Amino acid sequence: MAMLEVKDLHVHYGVIEALKGVSMSVNEGQIVALIGSNGAGKTTLLQSISGIKKKTSGEVMFLSDNITSASPKKIVSEGLTQVPEGRRVFTGLSVYENLMMGAFLRRDKQGIEEDLQKVYAQFPILEQRKNQDASTLSGGEQQMLAMGRALMARPKLLLLDEPSMGLAPILVKEIFSIVQEINSTGTTVLLVEQNAKMALSIADYAYVLETGRISLQGTGQELADSPEIQKAYLGG
Amino acid sequence: MSQFLQQVINGLSLGSIYALIALGYTMVYGIIKLINFAHGDVYMVGAYTAFICTAWLGFGFFPALIASMVVCGLLGVLIERLAYKPLRKAPRITALITAIGVSYVLEYTMQYFMGSEVRTYPNVLPKTIYQLGPVSITTHQIYIFAITIVLMVALQFIISKTRMGRAMRAVSVDEQAAELMGINVDTTISFTFLLGSALAGAAGILVGIYYNTINPLMGLTPGLKAFVAAVFGGIGSIPGAVIGGLFIGIAETMVVAYGSSLYRDAIVYAILIVVLIVKPTGLLGKNQREKV
Repeated sequence: MAMLEVKDLHVHYGVIEALKGVSMSVNEGQIVALIGSNGAGKTTLLQSISGIKKKTSGEVMFLSDNITSASPKKIVSEGLTQVPEGRRVFTGLSVYENLMMGAFLRRDKQGIEEDLQKVYAQFPILEQRKNQDASTLSGGEQQMLAMGRALMARPKLLLLDEPSMGLAPILVKEIFSIVQEINSTGTTVLLVEQNAKMALSIADYAYVLETGRISLQGTGQELADSPEIQKAYLGG
Repeated sequence: MSQFLQQVINGLSLGSIYALIALGYTMVYGIIKLINFAHGDVYMVGAYTAFICTAWLGFGFFPALIASMVVCGLLGVLIERLAYKPLRKAPRITALITAIGVSYVLEYTMQYFMGSEVRTYPNVLPKTIYQLGPVSITTHQIYIFAITIVLMVALQFIISKTRMGRAMRAVSVDEQAAELMGINVDTTISFTFLLGSALAGAAGILVGIYYNTINPLMGLTPGLKAFVAAVFGGIGSIPGAVIGGLFIGIAETMVVAYGSSLYRDAIVYAILIVVLIVKPTGLLGKNQREKV
């Protein structure tokens, strides 16, 4: 039984059709990668799943609930959280306040405190900088903050939109190992990436999105070995 | 020197009122990037609400203050829901023109029901004059300072410590990211209008007791001046609005005292022009981050 299931999703920006009938699914416990070039519709797909982009038609099911037209608030409260592209941390708010924004819908004080300690354990830099304005963090630190913030919602499924974008290679490696760590503690991950090589290396399953359609799918290994993928995305 | 100190006190009391109104401008701008030109008229409605409460219904000062804050707060939410919310995705100029329209609606609706004549406020507060060495201060001025300070501390608390306050700050930085946290953006925007308009309501009654007279078009000039105050302080910045309000109040009082009362309005607009030329983002304003 898939945790997340997207069925024949169509999404428009005005008259332009950005998603032309996308179907995909994410099984519980997996890391699923979604790769594709710029403008393929990856971000649009994530925004549609999170409920911040209106869908023209199609269906999104999460944990057997139909969330196609649910509000972003409802979707977050059901356990689906997104780390948006470009990190989008709240500048002007401290690191701590940013993390607390992630727990906005939660009322269980004790659980929030526990998760805060977990996030600090995973990202020690965030604890060191907890009182600093988020805008003073470096790009990599902001990415960690954005991920920590999302984890504060205690998600069952975490959507990550281009977490490695604009980061130095050493940081990219670190971010990917953190994604694996998050996954190993029981959070399912849907990862959108332009860095196809890295994404496929950690993915249990992967989809290739091309101009609004899923053109290929398979296990991370299968896609990494596929000549088409190597040619188009892996520079080989 | 004593004349100068006296003018500073007078300027600060006038400036406190501008600051209260400017806060509403700046909060609304901060969250939806709209200059709410109807805001000055919300303040006028506050003055009338307090007038009706005190002169006709026999309320004391504090009940009237609370009544006018509640009425204005709700009016602000109503205006947002009816006039601005449907235009959230429209070009900014559309909402701006709508705000001007709302302003006329409020002015002339009030005129229709209450008449266009100037009304005199009843004496709800004793007017005692205290001599503090060379300067004198009236009970009214003390009330204005005290109420302004209490309201600003309360506002600061709401914005920095409460859940809704954090939501307001998050939405004003990045609406979409805030939505992804599960924040209900519509509720947050309504809450911002509620707060800003309630402060305008408080300013309405304070002006009523300070100047003693009110009329349906009274919101126009102070509204514009408070807007200038908000721009001076850096629109979107809450401390900026307070500093701007006090500065404009003092500048205006000084011009009247040492120059000519003919220029009391001109000085405010002169300040606006200078700010827009020298530092368009205002004193504490930040450069808007370009979103790509």
